[in-house]
This record gives sequence, structure tokens and C-alpha cells, in this order.
Amino acid sequence: MYSTTPRRDVTIVFAGDSGEGMQLTGSYFAHTSALAGNDLATLPNYPAEIRAPQGTLAGVSSFQLRFGSTEILTPGDQCDVLVAMNAAALKTHLHLLKRGGLLIANEAGFDRRNLRLAGYPENSNPLTDGSLSDYELITLNISQLVASALADSPLSVRERERTKNMFVLGLLAWLFSRPLEPLEQLIREKFAQRAELLEANLRVLRAGYAFGETSELFASRYEIPQAPLEPGTYRSISGNEALVLGFITAAHRAGVKLFYAGYPITPASEVLHQMERLLAYEVYPLQAEDEIAALCAAIGAAFGGHLGVTATSGPGFSLMSEALGLAVMLELPVVVCDIQRAGPSTGMPTKPEQADLLQALYGRHGEAPLAVIAPATPADCFTAAYEAARIALEWMTPVVLLSDAFLANGSDLWRIPELDSLPPIQPPWATPEHRSDGTFLPYQRDERGVRPWAVPGTPGFEHRIGGLEKEELTGNVSYDPLNHERMVRARARKLARLAETLPPQTITLGPAAGELAVVSWGSTYGSIYTAVQECLRQGLPVAHIHVRYLHPLPPGLGELLAGFRRILVPELNSGQFAHLLRAHYRVDVLSYAKIQGLPLTVNEVVGAIQRALHNEPAFQLTSPNC
Amino acid sequence: MNPLSNSPALTAKDYASDQEVRWCPGCGDYAILKQVQTVLAELQIPREQVVFLSGIGCSSRFPYYMGTYGLHGIHGRAPAFAYGLKLTRPELHVWIITGDGDGLSIGTNHLLHLLRRNLDVTVVLFNNQVYGLTKGQLSPTSPPGQVTPSSPWGSVEFPFNPVLLALSAGATFVARTLDRDLAHLRMVLTRAAQHRGAAFVEVYQNCPVFNDGAFARFTEKESKPWNALFVEHGKPLCFGPNGERTVRLRGTTPEVVPTEEVAPAELWVHDETDRAHAFLLAQLWDDPFPRPFGVLYADPSKPTYEELFFEQVQRARQRTTADLPALLRGRNWWHIGNGER
Repeated sequence: MYSTTPRRDVTIVFAGDSGEGMQLTGSYFAHTSALAGNDLATLPNYPAEIRAPQGTLAGVSSFQLRFGSTEILTPGDQCDVLVAMNAAALKTHLHLLKRGGLLIANEAGFDRRNLRLAGYPENSNPLTDGSLSDYELITLNISQLVASALADSPLSVRERERTKNMFVLGLLAWLFSRPLEPLEQLIREKFAQRAELLEANLRVLRAGYAFGETSELFASRYEIPQAPLEPGTYRSISGNEALVLGFITAAHRAGVKLFYAGYPITPASEVLHQMERLLAYEVYPLQAEDEIAALCAAIGAAFGGHLGVTATSGPGFSLMSEALGLAVMLELPVVVCDIQRAGPSTGMPTKPEQADLLQALYGRHGEAPLAVIAPATPADCFTAAYEAARIALEWMTPVVLLSDAFLANGSDLWRIPELDSLPPIQPPWATPEHRSDGTFLPYQRDERGVRPWAVPGTPGFEHRIGGLEKEELTGNVSYDPLNHERMVRARARKLARLAETLPPQTITLGPAAGELAVVSWGSTYGSIYTAVQECLRQGLPVAHIHVRYLHPLPPGLGELLAGFRRILVPELNSGQFAHLLRAHYRVDVLSYAKIQGLPLTVNEVVGAIQRALHNEPAFQLTSPNC
Repeated sequence: MNPLSNSPALTAKDYASDQEVRWCPGCGDYAILKQVQTVLAELQIPREQVVFLSGIGCSSRFPYYMGTYGLHGIHGRAPAFAYGLKLTRPELHVWIITGDGDGLSIGTNHLLHLLRRNLDVTVVLFNNQVYGLTKGQLSPTSPPGQVTPSSPWGSVEFPFNPVLLALSAGATFVARTLDRDLAHLRMVLTRAAQHRGAAFVEVYQNCPVFNDGAFARFTEKESKPWNALFVEHGKPLCFGPNGERTVRLRGTTPEVVPTEEVAPAELWVHDETDRAHAFLLAQLWDDPFPRPFGVLYADPSKPTYEELFFEQVQRARQRTTADLPALLRGRNWWHIGNGER
């Protein structure tokens, strides 16, 4: 029969028209990969338009999945397998396919109409004109194969046609030596209410599998051994899902309610949807009339003694600036998640960018410091949300969490933590000691500089807070010049004290000192880690430092940076973190800036590292085609 | 004595903070502050249960002068603070203090949405038809032609009618009163404080510095009877020193006629639960009509936002038992290690 070739890791892209179920196919296949013990990362990509015209380039939806027997930190620069359900899907995704890679094309999606809509010249068809000779091309008429598998089905032609993604799923399950049972289980759950659809989908799935077995079109099957994952309970999770669970867990641990307010915006809306579903978990959600109201509502909840959270993206984050300043002034625990997307203005709403960093740090009037933290991977969004909530609640400060479109929609494996293993969260509740002559002193700071939290409903702690500068201790309105300076410094000092409690910065990978440190923050972690790993394998003198706390910066970072001759900061903006490091540590920093609404690829970072080591300048606009 | 406890009854003074009140001498805000404190004492609402929220402007300094909980926020956003506070602490007695600039210019959006949602709070809008704190500019309630530093040639804008706006937004209690009629002010504030749902009170408030006498025709002894119509539930819409004039309807068109010319059965009798008539009443504005004051509309039957929200929470909790570890695991999870997969 077939030989089975072992592979270390594989990247598959499922691409088709928006209505063809590519997201479902990809996520089901990811599930079987996870069950097979592989590590994995995924990246969905769909049109910004809700119903882009069928067959057009704008209407293509794709799902990228990378799985392997080693640690997988990115969804892959390029793919080994491309499934193209129509001509537009091929045209928009062929550049991702490695030379010699496997291309599975649905012939029915390459008729004259589809070719024309995809913009191929009249009377040319890439499937037959030899232009794909660099790839291993498998052409199937999936529509026809599905039609014959469902010849006696009671379903309409249209309903039958819609099952063709299951054929692809079955075929790939065969190709990658996967059992069908887990997929059948998922299909049973999905179509539990529609017996005839369930039957058809199962039949087509099995037909796809059998087709692989009998057609002799494929030279070999593949097997990807298990990855050496730490023992534990796992699931796959997207960044936005992980945020929701992180906040719920933190509120639970702190013994407070979670109030969430959001206004619909891509790519943050999913957070609102999830929160609205989880009323049974002490979540109090609100769809606000705008982002200003969302953050103000969160501040209202925090005044009431609970955790206030909101999530948004660039345009909404801008609207929140004034209220964030108020939260700094009031010293109340709120968390604002900015799921960054390509800007300015509406920009490219579904595409990732890291260009809100300096806004998060400095985008407020007056001296208004707050904590800023960024997750590194989709699953890390859980830990980052928990940590953001912990800092907000224990330090009575607003916290900005900087995620992005890449983390929000992408997913990876998450080892679910035991609740007891998470750090406790202890808000500074007001006690009778915070009263003097029967009056509560809302701005009497503890040794960390943190003020006490007294909540409405508590007799004897009635107090007023507001946006006007306040007198030390009493919180009464004060225009005293020296008091103002003391209060500005007290608010800043509190964050400096927070910094002292943060885990000292460590080297993420490679030597602790030497020739070149590549410094990353946020979602570029995976590409940069993998690139440094590859460079170390090549024997290059390079290390990776990933920074999680962007304000205050963690202790020890300056000393670490001082140990390297050169510092390279690749990021998805025009060099904002590079700018920050230069200003903060007075070190020379090379900036590798990519501003295309796309994640960094490993290859790009490897190239940047090589050029940095050769002392080549000109790193501002180094990405190809710029 | 407070009948509900052994502690001595609270007086109006108990609701004042120790802060010096810093409005201009003669400002109408003083009267409103005093009446609010009096109403709270009359209702014996425990101080710790009361929260005043405000935005920015002269009126928004209000929370600092109350011995209750308070939050002085940012311009126009007081209603938004109330969402988060009331959804997590529905038992609190929340007041929103705003003005014609704060509530009807920069914060109109939030005010309308709060009324639409019927959040159980009391909104008091101090209308002085001018920006006070920023020194006298035109506001969204300034009358046409008003000369201010920002309209030196006279305003060419039409004003909002706040009560009409509140009615349209879905407020379940809509009233208008004046700073100069203390008994009326206290009556309206008491009703508003007792209302279950979003209560909206517009107070005509004199700004002695930038817009002195803006409401004189409704407050001065000679002009008041002819220009102000004090409505009462179940009573006909009569005005004048001896009630000698009345407003009646011809179809949907109001007209002013001598009361004696109208048969008792033809009189327009105020029914504060009648929303359609409340719209007609709220539209009475200029000559020949008097300006209506009092509770124009009150509908205690509409469920509040909190009630509907917590019903949903109850339903959700009946359907799902909160199990955090199970939530974290989701539907598809697996073990690795110890041969458990």
C-alpha cells in the first residue's frame, strides 16, 4: 500500500470562497492534530466584507494551520499544502505555497466564470496551462465526487454542494494518517438537530477518506509524531477567547464581579459576544453606545467595587483617551484591551499592527502614567489578562493590554492552568484604619503608594472622587501648586514601585550577553523566537529578549541590553519600541519595521538578524516591495 | 427617629459634605442642593446608599458638596458611569447631576441612551441656557438671538426642548421645575427620587452672572401666572392668577381659551400616565401658550434595565451551573501525560 513519510511539521492552508466552510474545515483539522498530540498554531483570514461577491478575490476566506512534533510558535511563513477550492483562492494564496508543495485544486471552481472573476486571462486555466509545474498539483472535481457520494440523498443540490468541505477534510485526514472518529464526533455535535445533514456530511467525509485510499493520486501519506508537550490538560484557544477566560478567572480569584462593556469593533467584538454569553459566571456585560461610554461604565463598576474591563481597537482606543486619564486620576482598577489593527483611522480593520504602543504609553493629556502589558501568543492572552487584572486590582490603576488582530483570531494549544496555581489577587480594601476623626481618607496611600478601595454601600466610608486634582489623603479638591506636584509624583511613583515587584527581565533564548540581542514585544514573539532559534542553529551569535511589561519596564532590562554590542527590534510599526528603548536606556537600537498589516515571517527576521550582524544599516523600511 | 432603625433620623444637614460650596453668590444651584438634601432626609435614604454622579460644569461640582458617595467624572459622561455602577450594585440610589451643556451638548448621546434603557436612576438637568464654568458661551438650550461671547451677532440656532427630548428617548418620568419655587422643586424631586426607572427632571436654574433673569417670566410675581402652567395629575390645564385661562385640544391642536368658555367635560385634564398627551403638553413652548411645569409624564409600569438584566442573569444561572474549571476546558480538551490521553 502507501508508504508513510514522517514529517517534523506541516503547514496547510485551506482557501475557498467565504461560503465554502474553510474556517470550519481548518478548525476541525486543527482539532484532530491536537488530539494526535501535535503542537499547533492557526491563523484564520477572512474578508472584511460580510458577503463579498462569490468567486471574487475579495470573497476568499482561508485558514492556515501549522502542526508538528516540535514546539510550534507561528502559523508558518509558507505552506506545504494548499487547498484551493476556486480560482480566486489559488490566485490569492499561491504565493504562500512552497516550491514543490502539494496543491489540491477543486476543478469545479476553475470554470470560465470563476477564472474570469479571479482575473485570469481569457482562455487560460492555471490547472492546465503548465504554469503550476513547480508544484505537486492534484486536480479533483470535488463537486462531482460529492454529487456521486450523495446520489441518493434527500438533500437539495445546493445543500449537497455545501458538504464539499467535508470531502477535503476526509481526504486530508487520510493524507496525514488521522483517524476519522474525532471528526465524526465534531460533525455529530454540529448537526445534532438535522439528521439528513448529519448523514450527508458523514458520508462525504468518509468518501474523501476512501478517495485518498483508492485513487492512487498521492505518492505518499504523512505522519507527524507527537510533540513533547508537558503533561497536563490541553485545549486549543484563540487570543480573544483566552482574554475572556483570563478576566473571568481573575475576577473570581479576587472575589469581585467582572463588569464588561464593549462597543462593536473589529477585531475586538468577539470578546463582547463571549462575555454576553457567560452571565452565569458573575459577568455583567453591556453593549455600550460608544467606546467612551464603555470605558466610563467600566470606571463606574470599579467605583462600585468591581473589576471594570473593556476591549476595543485603535479608533475606539482613541475615543477612550480622556476617560483613561480620569481612571489614572481616580486610581480605580480598570483594564482596557486594545486589539490593535492597521491604522491610522479605519486603516485595515482585519489586519494586525503594533502601532498603538506609544499611544498606550503616552496618549493622554497631563502626566498620566498607567501599566501596559502585551501577550505574546493567543494562549498567553489568558495569562496576560489575568496579570492585567491582578495589577489593576492590587495597585488601583488602569491597565492597557495590547493584543492585536493576529493574536485575537489566531489560536494555539493552551495548557489549562490549575486555578490554585495562579497568583492570588488581593485588592486594597479600605479598613477602619483609613478613617481619621470619622472621615474616610480615600487617598491615604499604603507603603506601596496604593490608595484604599472603599465602595458605595459601606457606612462610614462615604467619599467623593473626581477628575479635579485632589489633596493628599482627603481627596478634596486642591489647587495647591506643591500638592499637585506631589500627587503627580505619587501617581508615577506607584508605578515605579510596581516595577520593582515585576519578575526581572530574563533572556528568552540564547546567550546572556554578546554580539546581538533581538528584542520583541507582543505578537511577534513566535516569529522572532523561531528566527533566533534558527540563527543559533546556524551558529550565529544572537539572543532573544521578549518583553512582556511595556510600562513600567521590568527590572534588569537595561542591564541585559548593556551586555550586547547591538540591539535589533523587529516590530509591526515604524519603530516605536525601538524609540522607547533608545529613550529609556540610551542605547543604540536597530529598528526593523514592517507596516503591511501582516505578521512578521521567520525568514524576514532571519534576514534582518544577518544584516544586523553584518552591520548593514537602513533598517527603517527593509521589508520587500517597499 | 428613623422608623427603620434605632439611629437618630437623618436631617438635610447630614447629607452635606464638609466642603465649602463654591458657586457664585445668588446661583440657583444653592436652592437645588438644599432641596436635594431635604428630599433625601425626608425619604431617610441611608447616606451610604446614595451616589451622586456628574460630568463637568458648574452643576457637576454637586457631588463634592454631598456627604454621600460621589464621582465627578468627565464632560457629558455621567450616565455612562451609572451603567457600570448600577449593573453591579443595583441596590444603590443613584443620582446624575448634569447641565444643559454637559447633558445636552457633549453628553446628549449618553443621556438619551440612559433614558432609552430606563436605568433606575434620577437625572437632574440644571438648565441655565448658558455655559457658566467656561464664562458664558451659547448652549443648546439658549434661545434664538442670544448674544454671548461665542455668538456676538446673536445665536442663529434653535434650542432643544429637554423634556420633549427625554420623552422621545423613552424616559418613564419627565418633569420640569424651577429653582425659584422651592415647594414645587421639592415636590418634583421627591417624586423623581421615588420613581422606579429613569427619572428626568429639568430645573430652570438662574445663572446670575452670565444669563441673569433668563426665566424671569416664569418666576416673577406679575408674569408667572400668565406664562407658567403648573400641571397636576387629574386637574385641568388652567393658568392665570385665578385659573382664568386654559389650554384645550382641538383634535391634536392645542389652543388657549378663557376657562369659562369651556364646558367642564371639554377641559384638558392632565393624566400623567398618558404618553400621547404628554408629548402634546411638552410641546407647549411660546406665546400664546404657557410653559408647563410639574410632572408631565410618569409611567411606573415599564420594567427597568436592572430588572430585565437580572431576570436574564437568573435565567442564565438556572440553565448553567457556573463551573470555572469546566469553562476553562471548553468542549474539546484532552490530557497529555500519564497515559491519560
